[in-house]
Amino acid sequence: MTFNQLILIALAYVAFLFVIAFAAERRAAAGQGGWTRSPLIYTLSLSIYCTAWTFYGAVGYAARSGLEYLTIYLGPTLVVIGWWLILRKLVRIGRSQRITSIADLISSRYGKSAVLGGLVTLIAVAASTPYIALQLQSVTLSFSVFANNGATGWGPADLNAAALWVAAGLVVFTILFGTRNLDANERHHGIVMAIAVEAVVKLCALVAVGVFVVWGIGGGVGATLARIDASPIAHWEQSGGRWAGLMFLSAAALLCLPRMFQVLVVENADERHLATAAWAFPLYMLAMSLFVVPIAVVGLDLLPAGSNPDLFVLTLPLSQGREGLAILSFLGGFSSATSMVIVATIALATMVSNHIVVPLWLRSRRTSAVVSGDVRGVVLLARRLSIAGVLALGYVYYRLSGGGTALAAIGLISFVGVVQTLPAMLGGIFWRGATRWGAAAGLLTGFAIWAWSLFLPSFGAGEVIPIDVLANGPFGIGLLRPQALFGIAGIDPVVHAVLWSMLLNTGAFVIGSVLTFPTPLERLQGAQFVNVFDHSTGARTWTQGAAGAEDLLVMSQRILGATEAQAIFQRAAAAQGKAGYLPEVTPDFVALLERELAGSVGAATAHAMIGQLIAGASVSVQDLIAVADEAAQIMEYSTRLEAKSAEQERTARQLRDANEKLTALSVQKDAFLSQISHELRTPMTSIRAFSEILGDPGISPADQRKYAGIIEDEAQRLTRLLDDLLDLAVLENGQVTLNRQDGRLRDVIDRAVAAAGVGTGDIVIQRRRGAESLALTTDLDRLTQVFINLIANAAKYCDALQPELRIWLHQVNGVQVVDFTDNGSGIDADSQQVIFEKFSRLGDQGKAGGAGLGLAICREIMTRLGGGIAYLPGQGGAAFRVTLPQPLALAAQ
Amino acid sequence: MTSPPPRPPVFVPRASYRQRRIRDMARLLPMVGAVLFMIPLLWPQRGDGPGTGEVQMTSGAIVYLFTTWVILIALAAIISRLTGSDDASGDDPAAPAGRA
Repeated sequence: MTFNQLILIALAYVAFLFVIAFAAERRAAAGQGGWTRSPLIYTLSLSIYCTAWTFYGAVGYAARSGLEYLTIYLGPTLVVIGWWLILRKLVRIGRSQRITSIADLISSRYGKSAVLGGLVTLIAVAASTPYIALQLQSVTLSFSVFANNGATGWGPADLNAAALWVAAGLVVFTILFGTRNLDANERHHGIVMAIAVEAVVKLCALVAVGVFVVWGIGGGVGATLARIDASPIAHWEQSGGRWAGLMFLSAAALLCLPRMFQVLVVENADERHLATAAWAFPLYMLAMSLFVVPIAVVGLDLLPAGSNPDLFVLTLPLSQGREGLAILSFLGGFSSATSMVIVATIALATMVSNHIVVPLWLRSRRTSAVVSGDVRGVVLLARRLSIAGVLALGYVYYRLSGGGTALAAIGLISFVGVVQTLPAMLGGIFWRGATRWGAAAGLLTGFAIWAWSLFLPSFGAGEVIPIDVLANGPFGIGLLRPQALFGIAGIDPVVHAVLWSMLLNTGAFVIGSVLTFPTPLERLQGAQFVNVFDHSTGARTWTQGAAGAEDLLVMSQRILGATEAQAIFQRAAAAQGKAGYLPEVTPDFVALLERELAGSVGAATAHAMIGQLIAGASVSVQDLIAVADEAAQIMEYSTRLEAKSAEQERTARQLRDANEKLTALSVQKDAFLSQISHELRTPMTSIRAFSEILGDPGISPADQRKYAGIIEDEAQRLTRLLDDLLDLAVLENGQVTLNRQDGRLRDVIDRAVAAAGVGTGDIVIQRRRGAESLALTTDLDRLTQVFINLIANAAKYCDALQPELRIWLHQVNGVQVVDFTDNGSGIDADSQQVIFEKFSRLGDQGKAGGAGLGLAICREIMTRLGGGIAYLPGQGGAAFRVTLPQPLALAAQ
Repeated sequence: MTSPPPRPPVFVPRASYRQRRIRDMARLLPMVGAVLFMIPLLWPQRGDGPGTGEVQMTSGAIVYLFTTWVILIALAAIISRLTGSDDASGDDPAAPAGRA
């Protein structure tokens, strides 16, 4: 096992991650990314909480301070199992306000304040720098273990070079996958997938080493516990302050760390994933920390005194000759470090570009921002440079701090810095009284105390803060000694920093908030954030815009890209009932657009950009007060009223329709009654008259035959009329028995055409006989009857010069239908409603041979058969659609 | 238009009632966990002075902490399965309580 082989393995592993990330991006682009949005992947992506600090540092931590390392995982456990309290609200706010980062959250909450966003960004970058240095240090150390194991040892220069190479590699990977799309609200599928895989690798590696230590070396659980009790950390010795303080610190850090905010809130695809992560993520942390103490104890026991306990996970398998296990362990540590750095730099780069670079850029060209070139290019470039910059800072810290500090100690420094955003964040989502002055005061106070009492001293005594100041305070003021503020000495440095920074930060935040008055926009945003579950829709922040829709489109295209922006505008236009790309510039639309833009460049910038366009028309205090708070409730109430009145309107319309139908029917019915009495009387009159004549003696046999023929015809007409009436009555009462047969549609239509007695001269029938081979199982005689009726109707009523009837079988929504369409003038809209009613007859009475029962019978038949018949408007002529009996047609296919 | 929106009902059906109590449990669980994780601080330590009797061993502490942890995870799993994530009942003290 040479050092070069190790490098090869590491490179192969990175290549493997590249492939995974590429594949995930490809699948997502092809619309198959659904499975990357599963709760499992979400939980695994949360595991970036467990960095190289956990992988290497926890064992070192345990070897130095016993069980104290557990506090770093117990604190987050409490936050995550209590997801209903805080996380759920954060995620909901993040989604409804399109939050891109923790800086965006705070900036957006406090009136989209650009200054506050920048301040949080600065704190986050400063606090994350030691953390990133920690990862570089751990990867470099793990390389050096293998290098020193071989023939050639490593000097400090080699270590520095390795750290530089690792940093450069991470910059390339992160830029490749992290800045592909501008919208930070879109999930980075490739990266999420890669860190999920890394989560599995690091868990497997640590558990494998643990299993080897407990069962391979330790001799089982009982023996290992006995070994622990015989070790230097055998006794439970925890200072209460550190135990409780660190648990609070890590719990707060889970909420405030930029990278955790990124995976928890920004990359969250579905709020319900939290319910799974609530137990799965603590389980993951438990598995990660289960074997830490055994590894530490066995390492202390077996390895020579003075070995770096941070590297036991690697050196222990190596010392036992288990090279394979050591390599797995190396990959686990490598995974832990790289996944953290990647996500952390993405989160920080988003914040830097959205809250520092773009606002400054916009300000520098305030007048020409609207017409100038593509903002996307600027934002992306800013983001890429920020990634490189953040890693460079980490490298510088690594070099300055000398790379010799215990990993856990560095991590804690970072935690204390990052949690300075906690009061502003929690206050922002639970307390409507919080103002931006309060938030700024709290953040500045906390940041200053952190820097003075923990961050600057961490470079080493005398490096940044002179030794004299450390011992006696600046200018000899003892009350301001960095590690003994207010003259209280002897507190643990970390607890000291947490205690004072949190107390004074919260104090400044509360006092500042109480003493100042929020701007209208702040009050509005405050109500939106605190009451996010009451009304998740955004309230309007703009009055009727003075900006033209076209100006807005031009600007949005520059930020969102042409396709995306046009899609949004088109959707909005469609929602307003307009065609084309330019919707009415309503306050609602502007608010929607602002939220969309915020997803790319952050709330403050989006607000400023829209503000430039709407110039002067932005909201007045009265407008804002009107929509805030109580007004929001009234609005909600009025939407409810609107919904109700819409419903009433619907009902009224239905009633009106029914009434019109009834009136039409009653008119039709009167007409029918006179018609039917006429129809009955006419044959009756002729029958009576001719039978009287037949009674006369002396009629010639020829006349006799003639009159008898007339009587028979008239009697037949009567019978037909009565048959129809009877048929309809039977059908309507449901007394009809169906005679099911098997057959083909083609034969049925053939029979119908023949029986309708349509000659070639009357009407031309167009069919597609080839398509009509559909097999049917139904009452074919009845179906034929329906077809005969439709064909005969067409022949009778089609008023074209060369009448044509098209019979066409096809499928609509998976249902077989037969359309009968003629080329006549069709049926007018008023009549369409009543043609299927049984007493209806249309227009020209003289032409009609029947009594207006045909279509009513057809409808009854089709209903009995399980199909349907309907008039098909807008086909050029009269068109009837017969829906074939569904289950039977299906069965026959 | 000017009349206030109807207040949420004071008494709710049995199913909603059960749902609300489960949410109460979801809110309570982290507090319970915090108390359980603080209990080890009450154990006798070596520095507590003479006559404090037996000193707690690390192995016992490991067993206690990890067992508690597993129990909390199990409870969280059960509760999160039972909580419907929709807040249709509008019962969310965390939000309206913050009304300033």
